[in-house]
Amino acid sequence: MLRYTIRRLIQLVGVVLVLSLLLFAWLRVLPGGPVSALLGDRSTPEKAAELTKQLGLDQPIYLQYFKFLGRALTGDFGVSTGVQPGDSALDIFIQRFPATLELSFFAIAIAIVIGVPLGYLAAKRRGSWFDNASVVGSLIGVAVPVFFLAFVLKGLASSALGLPSSGRQDAIDATRVTGFFTLDGMITGEWDATFNALVHLILPSIALATIPFAVIFRITRAAVLDVLDEDFVRTAESKGLTAPVIRRRHVLRNAMLPVVTTIGLQTGALLSGAVLTEKVFGFPGVGEALAIGFERRDYPVLLLLIIMATSVYVVVNLLVDLSYALIDPRIRTR
Amino acid sequence: MALGVSKKEKIDDLAETAGVSLAASAWKRLKRSPVFLTGAVIIGIFILISLLSPWLAPHNPSDPMLIDQVIKARNEIPPAQPGHPLGGDLQGRDFLSRLLIGSQQTLIVGIGATVIGLTGGLILGTLAGAIGGWVDSAVMRIVDVMLSLPSLLLAFSIAAMFARPSQFTVILAVAIVQIPVFARLLRGSMLAQRHSDHVLAATALGVKKGAIVFRHMLPNSLGPVIVQSTLVLATAIIEAAALSFLGLGNPDDRIPEWGQMLGDVQKVFDTHPQLAAYPAICIIIVALGFTLMGETLREALDPKNRR
Repeated sequence: MLRYTIRRLIQLVGVVLVLSLLLFAWLRVLPGGPVSALLGDRSTPEKAAELTKQLGLDQPIYLQYFKFLGRALTGDFGVSTGVQPGDSALDIFIQRFPATLELSFFAIAIAIVIGVPLGYLAAKRRGSWFDNASVVGSLIGVAVPVFFLAFVLKGLASSALGLPSSGRQDAIDATRVTGFFTLDGMITGEWDATFNALVHLILPSIALATIPFAVIFRITRAAVLDVLDEDFVRTAESKGLTAPVIRRRHVLRNAMLPVVTTIGLQTGALLSGAVLTEKVFGFPGVGEALAIGFERRDYPVLLLLIIMATSVYVVVNLLVDLSYALIDPRIRTR
Repeated sequence: MALGVSKKEKIDDLAETAGVSLAASAWKRLKRSPVFLTGAVIIGIFILISLLSPWLAPHNPSDPMLIDQVIKARNEIPPAQPGHPLGGDLQGRDFLSRLLIGSQQTLIVGIGATVIGLTGGLILGTLAGAIGGWVDSAVMRIVDVMLSLPSLLLAFSIAAMFARPSQFTVILAVAIVQIPVFARLLRGSMLAQRHSDHVLAATALGVKKGAIVFRHMLPNSLGPVIVQSTLVLATAIIEAAALSFLGLGNPDDRIPEWGQMLGDVQKVFDTHPQLAAYPAICIIIVALGFTLMGETLREALDPKNRR
C-alpha cells in the first residue's frame, strides 16, 4: 500500500514535469504572447523588443525552461501580467485557492447529498415516474451550459430570494487566519462573517453542483441497479434479513465503488466548472483567475494554475484509488 | 501512469462492449425505446433545420437591418415586431434568422470536433492496439498525460494558445480533448479482440495483419465508438459555448453559431436575458437529443442488458 502510494506520487512528479514542459513550450512559441498583452495598443516594435529582452523571452526556449524550473523550485513562478498585474503568480494562487476549495467543497457536498440518495431511490423504483423524471432531469442537467445556469440563478434567485449574487466584494471584513472565509469567522468568533461567507456561497455552489450531481445520480442509480440484480441480494432477502440491513450491508456497500470513483473524478474536474461559475459570480477564486488569465493571456499565472489544477486532479484520483481498499476488502488483500 | 484508474476504467468498460453480434439485438431494442426515439426525432429535426436554414431564415443573419432601433445609450434593442418575431440583436440583426442559420455552424462545430477527435483517436488507438509493444506504451503515455488534466480545462488551454481565434480553433480545441478518449477506447477494444476466436481464425487462414486490423478488428470496435461519438456531439456544442463565454471563441459573428451567440451576450444578460435564453434553449435541446441517443445506445450495447 505504502509502496503503491509512493510509486504513484513519483509518477505525479513525472506528469507535472512533462506537463509543465509542454505548457511552457506551447505558451512561449505562440504569437500574441505576454508582450503584446502587456503593451496592448501602445505596442511599437522597439518597445516590444525591449520588453521581450526584459522578460528573457529572446533566449532559447530550453534555457528559458530550465531557468523557469530553477526559479519554480524556490517558489518563484513569475509575475502576473494580467490577472493582478505585478503580483507574484504564487501569491495569487495562495490567496485565491481557499475560496475555490470552499466553493468546491459545498458544490460536491450538495451533489453527493442529493445525488446518492436520489440515485438509490430511483434504482429501487425502477421504471416509476419518479425514476423516469429524475433520469430525464439529470440528462437535462448535463445538457445545460454551466455558465448559463449560473446566470439564470444569479438573475432569478438573487432577485426573488434576496441571495447575494456578487462574489465576495461585500464580504464582512473579518480577521484572516486561514484564508478560508467560512472558517476564519468561526475561529475568531466573528459569526456574522461566517454567515456572510456561507450566504455568498449558496448560488455559486448550486450552479457548480449541477453537473457532478447529474453524473453522481446516474452512476449511483446504475450501480444500485447492478447490485440489486445480484444473487447475494436475493439470498439476503430470502434468509429474512430486514430491509435496512440489506440496504446498508449488501446493496450500498457493493454499489459504492463506482460511486466513489465518480465522486473523485467529479471533484477533480470541478475546477473546469469553477472557471465558468466563478467568472459569472465574480467569485474571487482560482477559477476566476484562470478565466481572466485566458482572456488576458497571463502566462505565468496560467502555467502555475493549470499545473496546480492537474496536481489536485491527480492527487484526488490517487485518494480515490486508495479509498477502494477501505471500501472493498478484496482489493486490500491484493 | 499517474492517472487514477477510474477515468480509464470507464473508457475501458465501454471498450468491452465491442462486438458486432450485439448490434442486431441492440437495434431491435432501440427501435422500441421511447427515449432513443425522442433523441432521434430531436436530432432529425435539428439536422433538417440546419440543412434548410438558408431557405427557412426570413432575413440575412448578418444584415443590421434594424440598427435604427438599437439605442445604445438607453440600452434598447429591437423588440419583437411583424416580420421579426424574435426582434433583433445588439447589432440590429434579425434574431430568428440568426438562430436558424446558427444551427448550421452549431452542427458543423459538433460534427467537426467529433470527426477530428475520432480520427486522431483512431490513428493513435489503432497504432497502440494493433502494433502493441513500445508503440503501445509510448502512445498510451501521451494519452494518459492528456487524460490527467480536467478535460474542459485542457480545451480552454488549447483554445487560449491560438493568437487568432476562429471557428476552426474552437473546433480544434474541443476535438483534441477527445482524442485520448477515443484512442483509449479503440485500443481497449482492439486488445480485447486480439485473442478472440475470429481474429485467431483469420490469422490461421493467413490473412495479412493489416487486413485483420481493418477488416476484422476495427469494424467490431465500432459500437462503443458510435456511443462515444454521440456523446461528444453534445459536449462539443456545450464546450464551444463555454469557450465563447471566456472570450476564446470565434470573434467574427457575421455567421452566427449558438454557442457564440450565448457566450457573447454575457454583458447584457441582466437587461436582455432573451438574447441568451433562445440560443441556450436551442443548445440544451440539441445536447439533450444527442445525450438521449448516446445513453440509450450505450445501454443497448451493454451485454449485461441483453435479454
